[in-house]
Amino acid sequence: MSLVIKVGLASCGLAAGAGEVYEAILKHIKKNKIDAEVKKTACIGMCFVEPLVEIYEEEKKSITYGDVTPENIGNIIDAFYKGNPIEENVIISNVFKGSENKTYKKQKRIVLRNCGIIDPVSINDYLGKNGYKALEKSVKEMSREDIINEIKDSGLRGRGGAGFPTGLKWQFAYNAKSEKKYIVCNADEGDPGAFMDRSVLEGDPHSVIEGMIIGAYAIGADEGYIYCRAEYPLAIKHLNIAIEQATEKGFLGNNIFGSDFNFELHIKEGAGAFVCGEETALMASIEGKRGMPSIRPPFPAQSGLWGKPTNINNVETFANIAWIILNGAKEYAKYGTEKSKGTKVFALAGKIRNSGLIEVPMGMSLKEVIYGVGGGMKTERPFKGVQLGGPSGGCLPAELLDTIVDYDSINKTGAIMGSGGMVVMDTSTCMVDIAKFFLNFTQNESCGKCTFCRIGTKRMLEILTRISDGNGKMEDLDTLEELSNNIIKSSLCGLGQTAPNPVLTTLKYFRDEYIAHIKDKKCPAGVCTSLLKYEVIEDKCIGCTVCAMKCPVNCISGERKQVHKIDQDACIKCGACYDACKFDAIKKG
Amino acid sequence: MKFKTEIDITINKFIGKKGVLIPLLQNVQDIEGFLSKEVMSYVSEKTGIKLAHIYGVATFYTMFRLKPQGRHIIRVCKGTACHVSDANSIMKEINNQLDLTNEEDTTKDGKFTVMQVACLGCCSLAPVIMIDENTYGKLTPDSIGKILKRYE
Repeated sequence: MSLVIKVGLASCGLAAGAGEVYEAILKHIKKNKIDAEVKKTACIGMCFVEPLVEIYEEEKKSITYGDVTPENIGNIIDAFYKGNPIEENVIISNVFKGSENKTYKKQKRIVLRNCGIIDPVSINDYLGKNGYKALEKSVKEMSREDIINEIKDSGLRGRGGAGFPTGLKWQFAYNAKSEKKYIVCNADEGDPGAFMDRSVLEGDPHSVIEGMIIGAYAIGADEGYIYCRAEYPLAIKHLNIAIEQATEKGFLGNNIFGSDFNFELHIKEGAGAFVCGEETALMASIEGKRGMPSIRPPFPAQSGLWGKPTNINNVETFANIAWIILNGAKEYAKYGTEKSKGTKVFALAGKIRNSGLIEVPMGMSLKEVIYGVGGGMKTERPFKGVQLGGPSGGCLPAELLDTIVDYDSINKTGAIMGSGGMVVMDTSTCMVDIAKFFLNFTQNESCGKCTFCRIGTKRMLEILTRISDGNGKMEDLDTLEELSNNIIKSSLCGLGQTAPNPVLTTLKYFRDEYIAHIKDKKCPAGVCTSLLKYEVIEDKCIGCTVCAMKCPVNCISGERKQVHKIDQDACIKCGACYDACKFDAIKKG
Repeated sequence: MKFKTEIDITINKFIGKKGVLIPLLQNVQDIEGFLSKEVMSYVSEKTGIKLAHIYGVATFYTMFRLKPQGRHIIRVCKGTACHVSDANSIMKEINNQLDLTNEEDTTKDGKFTVMQVACLGCCSLAPVIMIDENTYGKLTPDSIGKILKRYE
């Protein structure tokens, strides 16, 4: 028998050791003369059990194993080869009951349709999955208006966060009269805690490129840019290969599919500035300037890159296009809610069991996403909150878990859908600390153009720092709200307009925690070090001296077999004693 | 000026094209590891782009460095998922092992430069660090020493 063995080699897999597993497989099959084709693929989204290896003889009877190591892969392959596959570590399978079969079926994969299935650097793999068929249909059978109407009818909205209808955006760019137009893909995924775009670019770069070419044809652009952050070297590598292949096959270049449509595509690497995710700042950066946002109007559709009409969409938006053209707007609009159609990709991270990438139909409740698809909490501690939308979003408490996932429902809570980062937190996370964390981020990343964003966020960060140090006053909470509202009103771009959201939502849903910091001088989660105190519980201490040996500042005293004591003035609250004590004799609070 | 030939070759690759300042500076930085005052003036002279504009761009983006850096770059992820998984303790341990204070980011022997980055996109493996091109995940402070020893 002849086997196919696929290894997930995206950034997340590589970090988990998939590279070593790949080498071990090659060695093993060579040594044991096993007839197998070893293929590379990217991320199927189940990062929590990486490295992942899929094995099959016929594709219908495949088994995906998780937590694979160079040591156990030999046995897995041998057993499969002998027709007696191992049942341990099975993640997805249509032979056995895979542990994730059920949660996998709850997803609807449109954007991620090929991720973790095809070899991302093989254009033939992509062509085998109807690749570039949508482009052919667009150019040969559809008029520009037809394409725009199809996208409008599908109800697709911008997946970068703001949710502007994509078809309408294309219409504006199409309407603009100009000899030269540009199309741009925003791949500057800067939200900490979000990695959807990275996975799509690494795992299926052609789907994004095909979406861009169709968009360019529809609006009448002949040149395009993919603006990708430099922190994603593998995504950039795969994009470069894909562009070269598409050019070779004639999907890029002159007279595409024998028409008079020409299109040239470039990659621009970002240089590390979060604000460049904002479209006017992104264009400034492509032009080689400081990435500072500019006032709108004029909108990019009228005057964008180098003053020419420009259409900008996000990676995930473009990855939807080919599917919509091939399957029709009606089919796409079957999924989702009245005003938010289709599916959304989420990056699940934090204290969730199945961390990784998922794609679900809009309209699913947060509870279903976190507990149904995400497998619930990773730790024994209870759920405390979920952070949506990164630094522009907000933290929602357990009471709001019935909120459904669509643009409008999430906006009502004060958070935003954002690009799709979902960080789950348990009771070990302090909400004041999280608000401070995000403010620190936006304050650092503020480009400095607008006074309220530049100075306002700084003042807010100072207040939050004061509160977490135990020096806060109750009036501070009102000041935070007042500053927030003014920053929202007086900032030019999305960064400033949304920067206060993490503070506003935590103030709204976790106000008690702020009050505990201010009035009781306590951090209920035990995170804010200034408010922490480590004490020896006398009844439990047996005098083993381990804590005293571990203490980096030698502030724990006591004789062997005697109760120890911590000198509170000298203690730096590092927690080394707390972690070291085997008898739970150190109290943190 | 050191590496004058390499820098000339790089500048000539970009000269006359539109919107190339950022990739040009990225390429020039790759040669020496950082952007010195001398190099920035030279780029200005050769391309006709005003020095103030070059300096403005170089200081705006975090990837440009105006100081020499170590042979290996350690990027400590400070994304949300890493933050809630106690990335601070990882940062502390690295600084501790390398004998660095918060003001300094490059070791005296020029071996390592440590920097914090917003998100490396490997959130499910939090906390994460990246040394040069390699990513290490699911870290604890205890695992740091062993990883650093691999680099010479």
